Amino acid sequence: MSIAISSPHLHGPNAVNRVMARVVYALIPAIAALTWLFGWGVLVNIAVAMAVALGCEAAVVRWRGQPVKATLSDGSAVVTAVLLGMALPALAPWWLVAVGAAFAIVIAKHLYGGLGYNPFNPAMIGYVVLLISFPVEMTSWLPPETIRDAGLTLGDTLAYVFTGTLPAGAQLDALTMATPLDVMKTQLGRSFTVGEVYTASPIFGALGGQGWELVNGLILLGGLALIYLRVITWHVPVGMLGALFLISGIFHLFDPDGFASPVFHLFAGGAMLGAFFIATDPVTGATSTKGRLLFGAGVGLLTFIIRTWGGYPDGVAFSVLLMNMAAPTIDYFTQPRAYGHEG
Amino acid sequence: MTRELHSFRGGLHLPGRKELSTAAPVRPLPLPKRLALPLQQHIGAPAQPIVEVGERVLKGQMVARPEGFVSVPVHAPASGTIVAITEVPVPHPSGLNGLCIVMEPDGQETWIERQPVADYRQLDPSALRNVIREAGIVGLGGAGFPSFIKLNPGARRPVETLILNGAECEPYITCDDMLMRERADEVIAGACIMRHAVQARECVIGVEDNKPEAFAALQEALRRAQCPEAGDIELVQVPTRYPTGGEKQLIHVLTGKEVPTQGLPIDVGVVCHNVATAAAVHRAVEQGEPLIARIVTVTGHGVVTPCNFEVPLGTPIAHLLEHAGGTSGDLKRLVVGGPMMGMTLQAQDAPVIKTVNCILAATEEDMPERGPVRACIRCGACAESCPARLLPQQLYWYARAKDFDKAQDYNLFDCIECGCCAYVCPANLPLVQFFRYAKTEIWAQERERKASDRARERHEQRQARLEAEKAERAARAQQKKAAVDSAGGEDTKKAAIKAAMERAKAKRDSSDSSGSGELSEEQRQKLAEARARLEAKRAGGAKELTEEQKQKIAEAKARAAAKKVQPDGAVEAAPDLSDDQRERLAAARARLEAKRAGAPKALTEEQKEKIAEAKARKAAKAAEPEVAPEAPPELSDTQRERLAAARARLEAKRGAGPKEPTEEQKRKIAEAKARTSSKAKTKLTDDQG
Repeated sequence: MSIAISSPHLHGPNAVNRVMARVVYALIPAIAALTWLFGWGVLVNIAVAMAVALGCEAAVVRWRGQPVKATLSDGSAVVTAVLLGMALPALAPWWLVAVGAAFAIVIAKHLYGGLGYNPFNPAMIGYVVLLISFPVEMTSWLPPETIRDAGLTLGDTLAYVFTGTLPAGAQLDALTMATPLDVMKTQLGRSFTVGEVYTASPIFGALGGQGWELVNGLILLGGLALIYLRVITWHVPVGMLGALFLISGIFHLFDPDGFASPVFHLFAGGAMLGAFFIATDPVTGATSTKGRLLFGAGVGLLTFIIRTWGGYPDGVAFSVLLMNMAAPTIDYFTQPRAYGHEG
Repeated sequence: MTRELHSFRGGLHLPGRKELSTAAPVRPLPLPKRLALPLQQHIGAPAQPIVEVGERVLKGQMVARPEGFVSVPVHAPASGTIVAITEVPVPHPSGLNGLCIVMEPDGQETWIERQPVADYRQLDPSALRNVIREAGIVGLGGAGFPSFIKLNPGARRPVETLILNGAECEPYITCDDMLMRERADEVIAGACIMRHAVQARECVIGVEDNKPEAFAALQEALRRAQCPEAGDIELVQVPTRYPTGGEKQLIHVLTGKEVPTQGLPIDVGVVCHNVATAAAVHRAVEQGEPLIARIVTVTGHGVVTPCNFEVPLGTPIAHLLEHAGGTSGDLKRLVVGGPMMGMTLQAQDAPVIKTVNCILAATEEDMPERGPVRACIRCGACAESCPARLLPQQLYWYARAKDFDKAQDYNLFDCIECGCCAYVCPANLPLVQFFRYAKTEIWAQERERKASDRARERHEQRQARLEAEKAERAARAQQKKAAVDSAGGEDTKKAAIKAAMERAKAKRDSSDSSGSGELSEEQRQKLAEARARLEAKRAGGAKELTEEQKQKIAEAKARAAAKKVQPDGAVEAAPDLSDDQRERLAAARARLEAKRAGAPKALTEEQKEKIAEAKARKAAKAAEPEVAPEAPPELSDTQRERLAAARARLEAKRGAGPKEPTEEQKRKIAEAKARTSSKAKTKLTDDQG
């Protein structure tokens, strides 16, 4: 009792590791769906990413002379690993995952000072580094359900991921194909109409891509749960999805043959994951409510621009990173009016 | 009850835990063996003791009088004997000791003669305020600002709304709740007096909706109330949300008005007082009882029987704990005040003072161990919870980096230290601690800057004075030279130069050739003279020293100058010089004579006046930021009288007496002003609670 402890003497139940845990829990349904659609590879990806992320973080933290256990227990590396693992192709080779995770943790996070100091979303940095460096591996997505039909077991998957060997009879080429966004972009580029693209390819579903719409729907549910639990606020998702819907809607109305529908944009690719789980990263985003709306809207707008006119089929990762750069400026200009101050 | 309520942003729904201490009625606490009465139980200047050790005092007798404007007296809570005036532990965040009057009650509880005001409506508001001041009443909600200052009807603008704060939003604390339940009539009576004092158009009592019993009791009391002011007092239930009881928050909830930053409620036509303060005002005015006791909640799982006591001020906190059944073994921390804004108590024998509303004996159950402190993840939970709509995460960043300018840009001084941000922070950052640190650092820097400004000003003034003197001398020399030139022409000039050179040579020689003999001879002479003068002075008038000394010094200087010239061999220039000085000397003597003859005590008297004047001005200055620019009329009557008398005397003196050497005194007054204004400024921000 000799040490004067300053008020407040109470603390609420909120804690960083609780926030991180809830983010991971909210992703479980989507991960389950992904696994059902794309096979064990999804879980293998996540496991490899987590092992590498935690290992790298432990090493860097020890090297920086900080408490290893306390830092690892904040759960932020786990979240990064899960997000990265989900974003990579299901049968990506292990080293691809490892490089992405290591880059995310060591370069994007700890080189800037660790949790709370990194200007860019680590998972997205990892993802973008891989996308730019290994475009072939990164676009080798399997068509949904093919793996299940091919009957790859966990053992087969592990063998393929770590050694690159497939069970007898199965062939890599038969297993890979482009994502719906990729197809849409390529075919529209070849002057097909949206309608023709839909009918020509079996991978499209009612909302987005076959299977993808289920995953995105579950991500949406998880995100709503996070809002309900007050882990995130509604501003970024609404800003991002709203902007994406609005801008794609305008173009779709103006030229329905040349531009995919807004619903397709929301339910294809990484829109949902980006809106609820990536752009909402507090460390790298804007903090004020108005700022968060703006930040989200920026991500949505950039996503549409990159998807439509950029060099990559999806633009969520790039958009998030670009807006990360703008976050401090947004914060500066969207300070709330303090009590007793003139507007 | 149709008042439209407003909602402030942020805030928290906290577990109230008030039921712990509301089961039993308020219990009177038996007198302890000793009472320690800190001279500083309020915001402002500490009171000055007016009793001596060994003196017998009666219950309610004033034992320390206010010093300056922002100050209130201290009274004896029981009859007994003063045993010491010394430093003892007091409830203060610093844990340092404070000067206290320590007394031993005799148990007879003999009251001093009480002089209740028969009808407060007959009293002029300023006289009413004086009664409240003399009763030692300060804000009992926790801040402890002298209440009489906040009962000014507002010279700057009329008071629209008088708000009585019965929100009591902090968890655990129930002293106001119990007071409202049991003494609702006193609260209403106090409200009437306060309303009369500030001439408020409307009066609203705000009570959080987690205190239905208190609300009902007040409702009853309002129905019963006789005073005309009670007729349209509005009783309003406000939603329970921390920190609704914060002055600015309650004002916002009840009126929708925001107190401007660095401003006061009066700036938006509002005056806000705690309900317990109202009850104390009633007792002071209508029963003649000064503030010598208050209700204190003793609660938490660390005491056996949590309850509320009516505590004589000065009672050791240990005494309260003892009468609450003692503390249990797993007591973790003692907190004075609530769990959100209270301070950790470091000495159990520290006394209850006017601002102590709650003693929280916390166990692990009350205050669970916090998780580890982690890095800020900028989640913004703090900003969402901040009732002042600040960005605590940014403030934390700048406070930590000691970038205090930036912290001020982000409105650090609008932080009311309610603790919401630290409560919700997932990283367990001690945000409020950082903000207090930054504020303290900024205040310290400000003080330093002020001090150096003052020093520079003084230096510049001195420089200017020296310049002026030099210019004067030069002008005189010029005149003389002109006179000499016209009289003697070249020869005299040459002679003067020669004489000067000779003088210089002589001086050099004498100092070179171990001339200390000659020098010391002269010095001895001077010394003897000085001694003689001093003797004479001592014999003459003891109190006339300062002014007389100045004269003597002037004389001595003149003599010394004259002497210095003479031994050098009186040349033409010398008599001239000494003439001038002799003249001055004669004038000074004449002045002195005249003064002595006219008013023997005039000098000391005059000094007293000056001091009185300076004090009055200082008080006015101090009052200004708190009330209105026309504050001087709001000085206590005695001060006003003193001021007037001083002015009259001064006028008379100026008319009769010779010219005054006011230069120095002017400077002193300017200094005093600077000091008070800086002091008053730092006090401004303390008014929350």
